[in-house]
Formats: sequence, C-alpha cells, structure tokens
Amino acid sequence: MFIGHFTERPYQDPKSGYFGATGKSIKDLTVSNDIYDPMLGSDLYNRYLDEKIYAEEMGFDGLMLNEHHSSPFCMGSTVNVEASILARITSKAKIVLLGNVLPIWDDPLWLVEQLATIDMISKGRLVSGWVRGTARESVAHNSPPAYNWERFQEAHEFIIKAWTEPGPFRWEGKHYQYRYVNPWVRPYQKPHPPIMLPGVVSRDSVVWAARQRIPYVMLATQLEPTRQSFEVYKETAREEGYEAGPQNFGYLWKVHVDETEELAEEVARKFVQGPSNPFNAGNEGTANPALNKLPGMTSRRRTLPTAQVATANRGGQLSRSFEDQVDDHTIIFGTPKTVIPKIRHVLEYLRPGSVFFWDGDGAMTHDDQMRSLRLMGEEVLPAVREIADELELPSSFEVDPKTGKKFDAMESETPDEIAATPGD
Amino acid sequence: MAGEFSKFEVQEIVIPEGKLQMRIAGEGEPLLLLHGELGFPGWMGYHRTLSEQFRVMAPSHPGYDGSDRLDWAMHVSDIAGVYLQILDDLELSGIKMMGFSMGGWLAAEMAAMDPGKFSKLVLVGPMGVKPEKGEIYDLFLNLATEFLEESFLDPDSVEEYATIRPSEPSPEQEEVWEVGREQSARLAWKPFMYNPTLPHLLRRLKTLQTLIISGKQDSIVPFDSLRIYNESIPGSSLSLIDQSGHRPEIEKPEDFLKVVTNFLK
Repeated sequence: MFIGHFTERPYQDPKSGYFGATGKSIKDLTVSNDIYDPMLGSDLYNRYLDEKIYAEEMGFDGLMLNEHHSSPFCMGSTVNVEASILARITSKAKIVLLGNVLPIWDDPLWLVEQLATIDMISKGRLVSGWVRGTARESVAHNSPPAYNWERFQEAHEFIIKAWTEPGPFRWEGKHYQYRYVNPWVRPYQKPHPPIMLPGVVSRDSVVWAARQRIPYVMLATQLEPTRQSFEVYKETAREEGYEAGPQNFGYLWKVHVDETEELAEEVARKFVQGPSNPFNAGNEGTANPALNKLPGMTSRRRTLPTAQVATANRGGQLSRSFEDQVDDHTIIFGTPKTVIPKIRHVLEYLRPGSVFFWDGDGAMTHDDQMRSLRLMGEEVLPAVREIADELELPSSFEVDPKTGKKFDAMESETPDEIAATPGD
Repeated sequence: MAGEFSKFEVQEIVIPEGKLQMRIAGEGEPLLLLHGELGFPGWMGYHRTLSEQFRVMAPSHPGYDGSDRLDWAMHVSDIAGVYLQILDDLELSGIKMMGFSMGGWLAAEMAAMDPGKFSKLVLVGPMGVKPEKGEIYDLFLNLATEFLEESFLDPDSVEEYATIRPSEPSPEQEEVWEVGREQSARLAWKPFMYNPTLPHLLRRLKTLQTLIISGKQDSIVPFDSLRIYNESIPGSSLSLIDQSGHRPEIEKPEDFLKVVTNFLK
C-alpha cells in the first residue's frame, strides 16, 4: 500500500466574500484576480509546503500535488515549481504530480527538462502523472480543446522518448516538431519516473492507461462507479493480455482525523466550505455551462460510469450534501479509532494499491490539518498498512503494474546506466 | 422549418477521404453558399428567394452536419482548398459565391487562392480578419444559444428567429450545433477566427467584384473587420443593413436580398 497526502491548496480569503459556509458561490472563470491578496497568497503557499513537510515526517509515502489554472480553489497553477521545492526540502516521500496538464504545453521539451530536474534533485522521488486538464486549463492557456486528446498522447510519447532514448533525435509530429532533442538533464529513475494517470470522466483515458499499463487514480468519485471504471481498465488489460491488480489502481478521497468525534465533524464540514471548488461535492459553486461545453474537449459518446456523476457535480446539478457523502464514505471523518474501519470498507470495496487522503481543504485551517496529519501518522497510517497487507493490496511501487511481478528482485540501477538502455 | 420549403435536393459529393452533403435548388447561374460556424442553418427564406434566380448550391463543410470530417484539415484555408478541388471536379468556373460569417472567411480564402474561379463574391458579416478596433465575439466561451441570441439586434422582430434559435432546442439540434462548434474550434481556435495573412493575400482580388455586407448593429464581427476587408480588396463595396445584427439575411431579409440580388445581377 502506498499512502499519499493531498490538498487542492485553496485560496482562503475570508475578506473576499467567496469564502466560508455563507460565502458567495463562485462561477467558474468569472472571478477577477483583482481581489488577489499577495501577502495572503504568500502565507498560503508556505503553509501548504509546511504541511507537506509534516506529512512526510508523519510517514506519508507520497506528497501529491495537482494543477489548475485561473481558479481560487487551487493555488497550484505551476505544479513543477512546487515539486521542485519539495524535491529539496523533503527527503523520503515520493513527489506525486497528478499531474501536469500535457495538452496545454506548446513545448513539451520544457516538461522533459523540468521533470527530469525534479527527479535529479529529489534523487529519484518523482512520480510523474499526466492529466488532460479541465476546460478551464485549455481556456487559461488557450490550448485547442478539440486536439486535447491528440496532444496528450503525442506529448506523452515524446516525453517518454526524450527520457529514455539517447539524443540527439528529431521529432516531426502532428502537434510538436523538434529538430534537436538532446536535453542535458536525464531522469534519475530508470527507465524513467513512474507515470500515473488520474481521472474522473474519460473512457478514452482509462482505456489508454490500461493499454499503456499505467496505474489509474480515480479522483474523489463515488465508490460504485469507481469500481465500475476499474472494471473498464481490467477488461482492457485482459484484452491486452495481462491481469490488472491493486498495483494498477489508486483512489483519492476525503479523510479527516481529529481528536474527538465532535471536533472531527466540525472540521470535516469545512470540506464543503471555503472557496467553491467544482470538484468538491457540496461546494461546487455555480457551473459555467459554456465551460462544460467547450467545443471538442470531451468525446461526447465515450464517457465512464463516473462521468455522469462527475460532470453533474461540475454542473452543480447534483450537489451532494455533506451527510450523503459521509453516508457513502466519500467523506470520512472521526477519531483514529472510528476512521480506520471506514477506510477498511473503501479498501475492501475498491482494492486500490495506492490511496491519497484529501485533507486540509475547503475552509480548514493550518491547525486543523496539522492535527489530522499527526493523528494519521501516529495511528491511522500504521493500521491502514496492516489492513492493506491483510487484504493483499500492493502498490505500483511494490508490484510492477506492467507485469504483475514484485519489484523486490529488481536491482537498483545507477543513472550511468540509463543512457545505455533505450526504450520504455 | 426546412420541410415547408423543401424544394431542394440533397446530393452527395464524394471526396478522397469522405462525403459531403450539398443542397441544390433552382435554375440559372450557379451560386455557391457557404454556411457559418454552427453548420447549415436550415433552408431559410433567403435560400428560397435566391433559388428563384440562381442554381443555389449549399454544401455542409467537412466536419459539419452530415459531412465527414477531414482529420488533416486544421485551418480554414485547408477547407478552402478542398472546395476548390470540388469545383474543379464539378467543372465549375466563373461562379458566384456568398459566404456567411465564418463561411465568409472561407469564401475569402477560396477567392484569394483562385480568383479566376469566381465572377462575384459576397461576404456577409465575414470573420477571418483581425479587427484593429474591437474583438470578434467569442463563440467558444459562450453557448450556441447565447451566440445566436447575440447575432440579432431585435430577435422579437425576426420572423424566422424561432427556426434559427428554437426556444427549446431538440437534442438533435443541440448536437448539430456542438458538432459545428467542435469543427470550428478545430479550424479556428487560435488565432481565434482570423488568419493574420489574409488581408495581404486579398489584394489579389483586383478583378473580382466583391460586396462586403453585414448588419449595421453587428455585435459579432466588429465593423473594423469589414473595413479592413473593404480596404484590402481593391474595388470592393461595403453595405450595411440598418436595424440588423450579424445575420441580416435572416433579420432583414428583404433589405438584404435587395442589395445582394442587385449586386449579383
């Protein structure tokens, strides 16, 4: 079992009017950054980095970051900058990017170089996830949505090649062209940093991940549709001639632990407060229908079982109450004693090899997050590891998602050998 | 609705990578009509009137309506090249051409590539040229219905408004719009709805009689785009229909057709 920590890093500004249980709901891409308070922004960036350091100290295996653009609910618009800092200020945990928004990069050689640099400085702790991004990412960087999926696939192929094959080489693709690819930084890990694919909606991407044998992480989706989406992956894996197991699956959901049941509930309710977040059920804000219909962004006929739920949430039409989310375990809160069996239920239901606890979000304060991280480290993480062992839920770092074989036997290789071994 | 005046036949145009739909009606000189960014709008009054004088040819561009998409086509000029090949195959030359909005841009690209193929050119509220003042309405960040609403000055006064923008669009209609928006985004997402080199290339249309026309109150394509078209195409004329938005052919059909048929004579 691989256990990661995640928060969207919300821009929490009580003065903004877009904050708290009684705050105005935000309509996507309609809030001017004129209200942005740089002093507050600076404090928040540092707070979220401090929390990541503490999460590592408390025993989390992974420090997960994501990226969104032009939206108060997520301050992480340059995930590689945050990851670069973590590379130097942490020492054990993997830095899990879920992920870089591939299609919005017009020059993915920058990604080849930036991510390899992070892998260098962190001494091989980078887990490099990709996403297609939401409509707001395409709008913010003016990336053509109708070519989003083509650009995603081509950028992935290009990056893997640039990481694994000796340069210089040429790349004459449909969307990207280079005549001299020879970056003077190579990944520390061999053959390259592990890739993960997070998602909620696209059948294309889950099938693609299964074909590439890349672990798939479902993001805060409801349990049954999540299980069904994992089935889509498993069926594709069978078609490809391999058996997908826990090492191929990850799940992110909201978990908050506190000192008493009362305090845990009081704080967990803050998940659905704070700046509206289209991915945070119960506080999605007001949908921007034009964003949901960004032309060509998503294939209209190829969606996952979770899509109806996810897109409805994004549309604000299916705002699920805090109580409903608690009932179906998509929000888990309590003391360590009461939280552990609920986590067990999720692990039994979905059988993921990697989990990411989404915490410290919405209107939660730094102190709220630090208490939860401490209790997780002291009591929850050890118990979850035991449960995972009992349920036989190996992560993609223990069992190779491509082969289903344990990594134990594999020798660690030095960076010197990388250049001599082309191919993925 | 289209069925009421369905005096047109639909032909299939076969091109190497697929098939296109082409609606044909009337007798006389060929008049090629190129639709805008949402696809073929339906057989409207102006189609009917024009088909009384001309052999109206109204195709659906590749990727719109029922016409096959060409994956390689990423620019409006690519579609222009496809149409010129089709005109070659049909052995049509010296024809009259009229394009609406994004279809006006397409018509301008075709004319710039092969001016001798056309005898007269009408650009109706043409996109395709970057205005120095104002901005082309962002139809990708607004819904199709919002775009259509913005395309008329006074929707209540427009007879065919309920046809072009039904108060409760059917799922089929929504699908046509979304297919059209997607194809338009494939062709003109960035730069948004213009070709920066087009004004320079339009100077070639020295001998092609060109009319640039739109509503005086067009809030989709700024007047400045029309001005640049007018200044770039030697000898072109510019006409503005008063009390009309971006779709004068629907908002003020009588005034529009009077100017246009007079020009096309």
